[in-house]
Amino acid sequence: MAEHGARLLVADDNKVNRLLLGRTLELQGHQVASADNGRQALEMLARERFDLLLLDLEMPELDGFALLERLAADPELRDLPVIVTSSVEGVAQVARCIELGADDFLHKPVNPVLLKARIGASLEKKRLRDQLKAMVRRFATPQVAQDLAASGFALGGRKLVASVLFSDIRGFTALAEQQPPEDTIELLNTYYTLMFDAIGGQGGVVNQIIGDGLMAVFGAPLPLADAPLAAVRAALDMQEMVRLFNAERAAAGQAPIAIGVGIGTGEVIAGYTGTRERATYTCVGDTVNLAARLEAHTKAAARGVLIDGATHTALNGRIACDALGALQLKGKAAAVEVFALG
Amino acid sequence: MPVRGHRPEHALPEMPTIDAAVFADLEATAGAGFVAELVQTFGEEAPKLLGELRGALDQREAPGAAERFRRAAHSLKSNSNTFGALRLAELARTLELAGLPADARPLDALEAEFARTLAALRERAAGARDG
Repeated sequence: MAEHGARLLVADDNKVNRLLLGRTLELQGHQVASADNGRQALEMLARERFDLLLLDLEMPELDGFALLERLAADPELRDLPVIVTSSVEGVAQVARCIELGADDFLHKPVNPVLLKARIGASLEKKRLRDQLKAMVRRFATPQVAQDLAASGFALGGRKLVASVLFSDIRGFTALAEQQPPEDTIELLNTYYTLMFDAIGGQGGVVNQIIGDGLMAVFGAPLPLADAPLAAVRAALDMQEMVRLFNAERAAAGQAPIAIGVGIGTGEVIAGYTGTRERATYTCVGDTVNLAARLEAHTKAAARGVLIDGATHTALNGRIACDALGALQLKGKAAAVEVFALG
Repeated sequence: MPVRGHRPEHALPEMPTIDAAVFADLEATAGAGFVAELVQTFGEEAPKLLGELRGALDQREAPGAAERFRRAAHSLKSNSNTFGALRLAELARTLELAGLPADARPLDALEAEFARTLAALRERAAGARDG
């Protein structure tokens, strides 16, 4: 059960209180560590993982109120359940604790039965929160999870400048038809692991995978310095990984794969779209369409990576590119300056 | 649920030094052996708090003296309530709320009550060990 064997931290400057609370909690089956002031408690919380904090208010160095404020401001610790135990007089201080994010308040001397019930309830709430967070992590990128945690969920978007990358496996449908389905799934899993590494390694965020294709964004939802350069480096890393992957496939007697990558830089509309119940973080706009068109054009151009003029300008000569001139891309009214790498 | 150890102020004269029910509760939940150790710790720690109160009163003009005084009185109140030392808790609570007194008389009374309380606690703790 969740309330058994939890790791608890008791922060209290008074030795009698500390010993008694520690003893009571140990008798209830928990592991207990203690700190005799707020600063020490904060150091221990930064160093070790605790399931719950029992906090006294009156402490030297850093008091309970200040500690609650520090916890609320720390993304790693803001979800730590805190039960305040104090013999403070009056309800104003109790209300302040709850406003500052404490889960609960118990008057000293703490009634052991009440303590047990409150700890059980707080740990159960924490377990549900942890489960929810794990789910968000699985289905969203860490950046989106962090953005959600920091600003909450709201449908709607904002305009920002980002670099968008599209990639897919050339001739994938034909390949999939020639081999057993489990080989195809294994190929995709390995391929995605490699591509996620290449993109994440440069600060990009994969926000969609469809079949053998993926879309990644550099510079959203969190800002990224020099996003166009990061996107181009990711594209080159992706190509390098495919080369290594093909060497492995050749050793196993399998046919090589090839990828095409398109990158566009410019204004996008980024945000959560969908319904209140089912939503996704996405980027839309001309830049996204352009990147998708460039990726589709890699086959005709017989080049691995195509980028638009804005991405090329931002590179400022740091990576060598070949100018392909102004091309008329499908779905684009005006011709677009295209550059090739790889 | 009523908070253990809280009584109206006017009841002070009739309060026992130690509320037997609170002390028995404490022994039942934490164990008599542990409570005997806790009494020992209280005997070591409380004089430091009484010293804090004296120190704050002696240097009443020093910055933070009022806060030092209030905090020490608060801690002493909290510990007294733990053991069911109702009279000592009430005296400490009065000092916590009123702040630095005009002279040392309230501290003399507090120290005298502490001596009685500690003796009574030690007697009970020893009784539990022997029984």
